[in-house]
Amino acid sequence: MISYSLAPHRRNLLWSAFLIHRLSGLCLALFLPLHFWVLSRALHDPAALEGFLKWTDLWYVKLGEYLLVFLLGAHFFGGLRLMAFEALPWSNRQKTFAALAFALSFISATLFLFSAVQYG
Amino acid sequence: MNTITVQVSRGSEKHSEFQTFEVPEQENQTVLDLVTYIQEYIDPTLSYRFACRVGMCGSCGMMVNGEPRWTCRTHVKKVLGSSKTIEVGPLKNLPVIKDLVVDMDTFFDKWIAVGGVHHPSKNRHQSIEKISELSAERMSANEAVECINCGVCYASCDVVSANSDYFGPAALNRAWSLVNDVKTKNKDSILEAVSGNAGCHNCHSQQNCSNYCPNELNPSASIASLKRTVFASKINNLFGNSK
Amino acid sequence: MISAKLFILQRLTALIMAPLVLGHLALMIYAVQGGLSASEILGRTQGSVFWAIFYALFVFAVAIHAAIGVRTVLFEWLKIRGSVLELLSWSLGLALLVMGLYSVYAVTA
Repeated sequence: MISYSLAPHRRNLLWSAFLIHRLSGLCLALFLPLHFWVLSRALHDPAALEGFLKWTDLWYVKLGEYLLVFLLGAHFFGGLRLMAFEALPWSNRQKTFAALAFALSFISATLFLFSAVQYG
Repeated sequence: MNTITVQVSRGSEKHSEFQTFEVPEQENQTVLDLVTYIQEYIDPTLSYRFACRVGMCGSCGMMVNGEPRWTCRTHVKKVLGSSKTIEVGPLKNLPVIKDLVVDMDTFFDKWIAVGGVHHPSKNRHQSIEKISELSAERMSANEAVECINCGVCYASCDVVSANSDYFGPAALNRAWSLVNDVKTKNKDSILEAVSGNAGCHNCHSQQNCSNYCPNELNPSASIASLKRTVFASKINNLFGNSK
Repeated sequence: MISAKLFILQRLTALIMAPLVLGHLALMIYAVQGGLSASEILGRTQGSVFWAIFYALFVFAVAIHAAIGVRTVLFEWLKIRGSVLELLSWSLGLALLVMGLYSVYAVTA
């Protein structure tokens, strides 16, 4: 059963970190088949691939890509934080690390967007 | 006289609803005092549990404004908002018997399922094991040993809510204290129990258990340690235990 | 419901992917400059043993990792149990593996 209300015990940064990790992972898993399908066009229909990549120049598609890069970053840095939490002795800075993971994913996605628009 | 509006969950697992009571406000008052007042002066059929009233027995755990707490150690002032209303319900994640009383059977069954019962490594004719208070294992055990089974962490755990088979923080915390106890025989059986389908690997490290533990224990750290220990032992077994 | 075996697989595939994701992120930031084009991408990857191994390994790890992760979500949020759960997670893993390896072949062959 999915509960949509933010119960008091979920007003907790590490609960949000869990949710971000789960949702980003889900989105990436759903995106991957599309990603693979587009790339496999290279073999069958190179023109279609070229056309698709042109389509990604549209600003709102770029924004979608920005979101995808952010999701990848969030899942990556958040996952590193989780593995460090499980593998290393307890640290009292759990929330700092979660915030850091979030910041790093934001930075990497923004770097991506910058290099896209700078030359785009 | 000022009153506090107390909404109390009434009923059983099948059907429950909140009933509203007005309780006189006092200078010093715990949530347990509110519930006791209702039972003594307004409605004697209200069912709830308590024993020591001083935070030692762990039997008065309830949901207060949606958060699991020891009601005896929760001052009304701490949880009373400007609306002067407090909501009291039975502990989450456990079946309700009546009103504020939950059935703790599954909670204790899981405690036993992780191997939480003492497995003595010596019999009564042998001398007691001498344990240095400063040994690393004893220090680790110390951190987890003060649990009094109140069920607050269990009620706060979203993984238990999502997966009712999951052992939950209290039982796994107990398992970790036993793994560190030199008097425990056959620790491998405990590690085996916690690595089953209901075991420590289900934990998502949201750390509600550690946030809510009234004894300020850290079940989340214990579970992470269990994961680490199981991981190492499984990998070790995979490579034939060779050193 | 996750067994110790799946948990360990999940962490091991994550460890394998850690440097790969970092490389992929860096490559994306680098390659997006001046817009994406098929010739630029294929020029880099076609005939490259390095990128073939890099991405084939990535696909292997991600197929396992994603299947285990989605399995947990199906179990916890959609309450799917038993053989349906096994069928769905295995199908996802296999689909990702086949599609992924095929796309790696498509851009590197």
